[in-house]
Formats: sequence, structure tokens, C-alpha cells
Amino acid sequence: MMTLSLATRNLLRNRRRSLATLLALAIGATAVLLFGGYSADIRYTLLTDYVSRGGHLQIQHKDFHLFGNGNPTAYGIADYQKLIDAIRNDPAIKDEIRVVTPKLQFGGLAGNYQAGVSRTVIGLGYVTDDVVMLRNWNEFGILAVWGPYPLAKTPDDAALVGIGVARVLLLCEQLGVPNCPRPQVLDQPAANGPALPADIAALATGTQSAQAAPQAGPAGAQIELLATQPRGSPNVASLKVVAAEDQGFKELDEITVKLHLAQAQRLVYGRGDPRATSIIVQLHHTSAIPDVAPRLRKLTDEVMPGHSLAVLDFEEINPYYGETIALFNTIFGFIFVLIGGIVLFTVSNTMMAAVMERTTEIGTVRAVGLRQRGIRQLFVTEGFLLGCVGALVGVVSALVLAALVNSLGLTWLPPGTSTPLPLTIRVFSEAGMIIGTAIGLVAIATLSAWLPAWRAANLSIVDALRHA
Amino acid sequence: MESGNPSDETSRGASVAALTGIEKSYQMDDVTVPVLRGIDVEVRPALFTVLLGPSGSGKTTLLNLVGCLDRPDKGKVVVAGTDVNSLSDDELADFRSENIGFVFQSFNLIPVLTAFENVEYPLILAGMDPDRRQRRVKRLLEAVGLAERAHNRPGQLSGGQRQRVAIARALARKPKVVIADEPTANLDSQTGAAIIALMRWMQQNFKISFIFSSHDSGLIKAADDLIVLRDGVIQSVRRKPDGAADAPSSLPGEDTSEATWGTEGAPTDFTFLQDETRPIAR
Repeated sequence: MMTLSLATRNLLRNRRRSLATLLALAIGATAVLLFGGYSADIRYTLLTDYVSRGGHLQIQHKDFHLFGNGNPTAYGIADYQKLIDAIRNDPAIKDEIRVVTPKLQFGGLAGNYQAGVSRTVIGLGYVTDDVVMLRNWNEFGILAVWGPYPLAKTPDDAALVGIGVARVLLLCEQLGVPNCPRPQVLDQPAANGPALPADIAALATGTQSAQAAPQAGPAGAQIELLATQPRGSPNVASLKVVAAEDQGFKELDEITVKLHLAQAQRLVYGRGDPRATSIIVQLHHTSAIPDVAPRLRKLTDEVMPGHSLAVLDFEEINPYYGETIALFNTIFGFIFVLIGGIVLFTVSNTMMAAVMERTTEIGTVRAVGLRQRGIRQLFVTEGFLLGCVGALVGVVSALVLAALVNSLGLTWLPPGTSTPLPLTIRVFSEAGMIIGTAIGLVAIATLSAWLPAWRAANLSIVDALRHA
Repeated sequence: MESGNPSDETSRGASVAALTGIEKSYQMDDVTVPVLRGIDVEVRPALFTVLLGPSGSGKTTLLNLVGCLDRPDKGKVVVAGTDVNSLSDDELADFRSENIGFVFQSFNLIPVLTAFENVEYPLILAGMDPDRRQRRVKRLLEAVGLAERAHNRPGQLSGGQRQRVAIARALARKPKVVIADEPTANLDSQTGAAIIALMRWMQQNFKISFIFSSHDSGLIKAADDLIVLRDGVIQSVRRKPDGAADAPSSLPGEDTSEATWGTEGAPTDFTFLQDETRPIAR
């Protein structure tokens, strides 16, 4: 108690020096926490983006992830509804499950024959109502996630394209996509492109089956989507493009065509047995993945024996997530080491100055009977107190600054993406980061005081008393 | 040169400090400077012993050895019956805490502590319980006439008041010996005289040995034993005859006008200084 009281008073003795040291500590703590908060927001934003697109877990053919991109339909899961039902009704995990939905991915060629343009695309067939549910997942309270799903409540022949697809297929004008330039070379023929060849039109008509013939959208945006069926025969669907939506990444934006699962299955499998290439499983809480994934593997083996299915989590499916998090963690660690170094030298310098200044006093208390350990304790306690107060001030200022930045509604454009994201700094919700940073800085400050404390304790009493 | 014989016992009892064959030198750059050259000296208990000598004669070094602040290069130091050479640093710290009080020329109070806390500090180190500790500090401050200034910090006290606080601190654990290195050097003559009178009063009432180094004529006159050092050897020892040391607290010829405040209201029952203290880990 006496040591603590003495240490506090000694720190207050030279207020300016203590304040400068505290400021260094507090600024360091603030910098670490603000970056950590920003980094945490990136992590949650990415996680939310991936999970709201593809769920926490996906059940796929074991080779689909590595080889399915070339020929997705070759890895279709037959009788997938049986597995979906089993998952939904499994008592061990059904409370954790939020959405279970099939997805069909296939390669195709999309054309705007009126404009005379086409391009290869990846077609994605979803159950629209399930996608609406998927997109509503927001475990971490991300500020801007998704708007309404444009395919919701649309006819079976409706399609949604990436903005890049709309741009290349010259659909921007009809879809009202802003900031979407037209290539000059295509300006002339685009308006009077060739009509849809009769044979292709016949194929398209065939896929409509019981559906009504495609009608032009509000702006008359229509594409023909050509896909290859598993046996190699081509098939075409005429789709009404209801909207163009940013897919986040330019690469995805330029190839994505989303449509209703039933339409996609008719296009790819015709009247054959419809399949899905993945079963998306979204959970209420991300933390449940370690519990649910093993159970899903067991269920898959039980319900679909011999199908060679694998259960992958969103990190395995999206390696960019892990790479991004690792990058931010590395930067965070680097910043912490830098700040820690500054704190170490600042506190050490302050304590060295204190030892010099109080040499006679050290000699006096040693003469009076304080052991060397007592001297060490005194200076280490001063370092500890500096660390505690500095970390506390740093945490408070980080919370205030984070709240201020968040209230400004700033946005930023992540590298490689085309959608500006809100600039949010998450400090308050990151208790682990706050405690870890505070403990780290207090430990460094305490450690910094150790060398000066050791030197003070080892001063010769006679020399210390002689010190003027 | 006359020196005391550590093996002898005076009529007042065993010596409070006995140094035999003491040699001590300091290293200054590449040069070894001998400070004490084979000193044998005995300090009699419950007396005023003054070390006298010119600068560099070794007075402070000898005081440091008696005060267990330093170790000799050669020779034996026995303080309060303990051969202190054999003690470790921690044991020596405990030994100082229990047996030796210090009064410094520059007072050396801890500036962030009040007068009360400065006096209390050695008692906290000794692990005395708070009630007893505070009672004792209060009485000590009353004894040195500073009860009213108990909650002032050293910076708010005059030089004489600071030295009185230092004396109270030195006496807090009722040491067997108080080492005072030029305790009046930073005080004006009147205040110095008052401080000497106060220490004399303490020495007589608490039966504590005081060992000084000083050039103060008042202190030299007050000395029971006078040890004169020159060039690291004892030049002479003048001892008052046994019994003569127990003189009245008001020394003849001394201006004790200020000393009276030191004793006014001072406790006549000093049993509070007999309180047991228990050592704690420091």
C-alpha cells in the first residue's frame, strides 16, 4: 500500500514528465485500438458479405471447389432435397440453422443479340426467397449490407446481372445503371444489331416450357443465356434482366448472371432430373460452425452415402477472406510492435530520469532499511501505474474517436472492389482487443521500468547519498 | 595515536560499535585512494561521540562503516554486538532498520511524504501495526515540537524543522545508535544549537548513542567522546570520564532557548518506544 502511494506521489511530483509519458502511452493505445477497430470492421464486413452470399457452410461434391469451375454441372448433386430436409429436421443442429438452400452454378454464354454483343458468364440459380433470407443475415450489425433483392417476387424468367455484364452487353441504358460508359467502337452498329437467329430463338422457346414467353423488362432489357447440358447439347433461355447489381469485385461483376433456380435447372438439365451444385447452409451464429460442420458431414454420409460430398466452410470457399484477415493481423501486429517499442523507450527514459533525480532519496530509504527489492518494487510500480493510466486514457480516447468517426458516415473503397463501404471503426464491441491491448501496454510499461528499477536497487548507498 | 580497544568493556557496558583493523580505499579513475588506514575504534553506548578532522580525513567513511552503509576492504565491524561483515545486503538492510538511525546534513526527507509520513516510514518497513505506529509517530513529533506541522511536506518546513523531522525519523525504531553526518552544517547557528540540544535531550532520555561528524564548535563542546581523525588514521581520542556524560540536558554555555520547544510537552513516559515491532519482507 505504501509502495503504491509512494509511486503515485512520485509520478505526480514531476507532472509534466509523467504527462508526456502518459500521452505517449495513450496515443499509442489509441492508435493500436483504432486500427484494430478498423481491422475488426473489415473482418466483419467481409465475413458478412461472404456469409450473406454463400452461407457459413456449403455441401458440394468433394472436387467441385477445385475443379468445378471448368464444368460445374458435372458435379451436380442429385436428390439434393432429401439432404436439405434431413438437415432442416436434424434435432442436433436445427436450432442453429437459419437457411438451407440449393444453388446451381453453370457456365454459359450471355448475349444481347439486339446490340450484337455477347460474353461468357457464370450462371447462378438460386431459390429467390432463400436468397432474401441469406441477404438479411447481419450478425455483426454491419451498417450497409444489401438492399432489396431485385429478383424477389419476379417471374421465373427474370435475371439479375452484374454491372460489368450489363456494361459489356450494353444493357446499362435500359437498366438505368449510372456511370456506365459505352464503348465508342460499338456505338454505330449497336442500335441496329442483328435479330436473334431463328434456331437460337427456337431453342429459347423450348426452354420456356409452360412459362409465358419472355416479355421485355421495363426498359426492354433482355438477354439470351446459352448453356451446355450435361450430355453436351446446347440450350438457351431468354431472360428478362430486371436489374444490374454490383457484385463487389470487378471480376465477378463481369461474369455474374443470377436467375431463379428452377429456370437454371431447366436450362441446364432440361426435363431431366434437376440437380444443385451446392447446398448453402447459413447459421444464426458464426461461432456455431465448429459444432455444425461435423454434424453436417455425418448427416451427409448417412443420407447421401457414396456421393463423395464435402462440407466446406466459408473460409475454405473464399480464401481471400483468410488472406485479408492475415494481412490485417500482420499490420496490426506490426503497429503494436512499433507502438510497444515507443512505449518501452519512453517509459524507460522517464524512469531512468526519475532514478537520476531521486538518487539521494534512494540512498536515504535504503539507509533507513528498505531492501533492494523494495526499491525495485517502487520503480516497477511507477511503470505499472503509468501503463495502467496510459492504457485507460488510450482506451477512452479510442472509444470517443471511433464514435466520432462512425458518426461522420465516411466511406472507403476497398482494393479490388467496386462498392464503397462505410468507414466504421469497431472498438466498443471488441472487448478482447481492448483488454489485450491494455494488458500488452501495461506489461510493456512495467517491463520498461524494470531496468531502471534494477539499476536503482543496485546503487551503492554511499554513492547514492553522496549524489547531489 | 590513541584508540579504543574493541575488546574492552567500559563501565557503561559493551561498546555500541567496535571497529578493528579497518582499511578502506576508493577507486578514482585508475587511482586507488586510501581513506582509512588500519583504524581501531570503539564507540561507547548512550553517549555523544563526535568524529573530528579536516576534509578528506575519513570521517564520513568511518560513519558509513559504523552505519552499515558500506563495507570495509579489510577489518572487522561489530555494531550492537553483531559482526556486520557477515550479513547479506538484505540482512544488513534489516539490521540498519532495527538498530541504526540516520540524520543527514541535507535532512534527506522524502519530499512527497508529509512530516508524519516521513517519521512513519521506518515503522511501516518494520511492519508495526497502524494504530501503534501512528501513536508513536504522534509522540515523536510532539517530542521534537512539530505536532502542529505533522501534515506539512518537507518543502513547507524550515531547515530546522526538517532536521527535527529527520531526528524523529531516526529515533522512530528506537535504534541503538544514531549516525549524524554534519547535522548542523546546513542550519544557522541558533537553529543548529537547538538541534544539538534536542539530540542531547533524546540521547539522555532514550539512552541512544549518537555518533557525529562535525565541525560545529557547539557540537564538539557537547561531545562526550571526541575522536580526531587525520589522513585516515585516528590522531586522538578524548573521552569524558564515566558518569560525566550523564549531564543535564541543558548543556552549560549552550544557547538552549530554542531547545525548550523541543522538550515542551514531550512525553515523560517513553514506553511507547519499547513497542515490539515485527520485521516484514521488504
